[in-house]
Amino acid sequence: MNKIEAKNVHLYYGNFHALKGISLSIQPNTVAAFIGPSGCGKSTFLRLFNRMNDLIDGVRIEGECLIDNKNIYSREVRIEELRKKVGMVFQKPNPFPKTIFENVAYGLRVNGISHKSFIEERVERCLKQAALWEEVKDKLKKSAMALSGGQQQRLCIARALAIEPSVVLMDEPASALDPISTAKIEELIYELKKDYTIVIVTHNMQQAGRVSDTTAFFYLGELIEYDSTKKIFTNPTDTRTQNYITGRFG
Amino acid sequence: MTHLDNELKSLKTDMLEMFSLVMNQIEKSKEALIRFDKDLAREVIVNEKRVNGFELKLDRDCENVIALFNPVAVDLRFVLACLKINSNLERVGDIAEGIAKFVLSIKLDPDKKLLEVTRIVEMFDVSAGILNDVMHAFANEDTQLARSVFQKDEILDEINVNANAAIADFIRNTPDRINQSLYTLSMIRKLERVGDQCKNISEEIIFYIEAKVLKHKSFSQKQ
Repeated sequence: MNKIEAKNVHLYYGNFHALKGISLSIQPNTVAAFIGPSGCGKSTFLRLFNRMNDLIDGVRIEGECLIDNKNIYSREVRIEELRKKVGMVFQKPNPFPKTIFENVAYGLRVNGISHKSFIEERVERCLKQAALWEEVKDKLKKSAMALSGGQQQRLCIARALAIEPSVVLMDEPASALDPISTAKIEELIYELKKDYTIVIVTHNMQQAGRVSDTTAFFYLGELIEYDSTKKIFTNPTDTRTQNYITGRFG
Repeated sequence: MTHLDNELKSLKTDMLEMFSLVMNQIEKSKEALIRFDKDLAREVIVNEKRVNGFELKLDRDCENVIALFNPVAVDLRFVLACLKINSNLERVGDIAEGIAKFVLSIKLDPDKKLLEVTRIVEMFDVSAGILNDVMHAFANEDTQLARSVFQKDEILDEINVNANAAIADFIRNTPDRINQSLYTLSMIRKLERVGDQCKNISEEIIFYIEAKVLKHKSFSQKQ
């Protein structure tokens, strides 16, 4: 069964046709990378899956977006429930101005969980999953703002994992980080796919090659090609994909 | 043109120089045998060092492109093909050197009758022709020409297969030329390998242009 599926999705910002009939499916416990030049619609498409585009005025969506075979735009779906299932990590690390511990515990608290040892256990587990525990275990009460950029981003990943989503969306999660932190995030993605389905938007082609199982190339709001990452980076079918990944346009 | 395009273009130019170098070696080894020109044979042996040096330079260039530019898709296939073609060409260079060494070892003028019955001159011409074809196929990204090599190689195989009987007959009739006959047989075996190296090169050219893997496929599947 597909974890994520889009069926003929169109998205309009007012009169602007930003996504043109996108259909694709993503298997559970895999990493899918979305690549394409700026403005091609890859981030817009990513944001569809936790309904972040709903916040933008004048957005109109057609087609179906399914997670676990359920249309997430149907009336029965409550947006809070959806976002428990779908975590999101952004380009710039955006920790809350709170302690490291409270950043991770925040999602649990807003969901009404107050059991101290339960929260402590979950915070530790998520920080371990995010490969940050060893670096912060002795300063959990310190401000998250004092961490480095790479640590902050891993903290944001730990925060996203705390509510136990099954899907994690990442919008250029390493583009603001140095190479060492980037490598840590990439290793983390590799580890996390055992438990989660991950969708990553990236401008870094080598990163897409390293971390993902499947790659989708978007261009001018269209899905040009979607295939296994190995196929895309060795022998893409469409000339536009080839020209883009070889750096000849975009 | 991007920086990578320039690097790939320069790699291609150098690869074509390697092709020319090796082609020259085969032509000269042929001339050395036919004219029994030991000086020319020595020249081939000395030039082999240039072929080896150029092989190392091309290997390094390919390594640099991979390390510095992370090529993908057709660019990656091109660099991988260059690496393998480079080593095939170096082996063709070794074959030319081997033939030149045989020429130096032969004491008497090569027997005209022996050259005729073994069809070794024809073999040289076909080998050089095939090498020329793969060079042009590589230069012009011509996979049709690359494919034609599989057919032409059959001629080399046929001459090679018939060489045993031809040489046995020749030895029976001219026993004082046993040494030269055996050297000729060795040269025929080497020239047959030129065809095999060129077939490998053709497969690499087709791999890089069409992304098709023809290795270990039957003759009909390659067409």
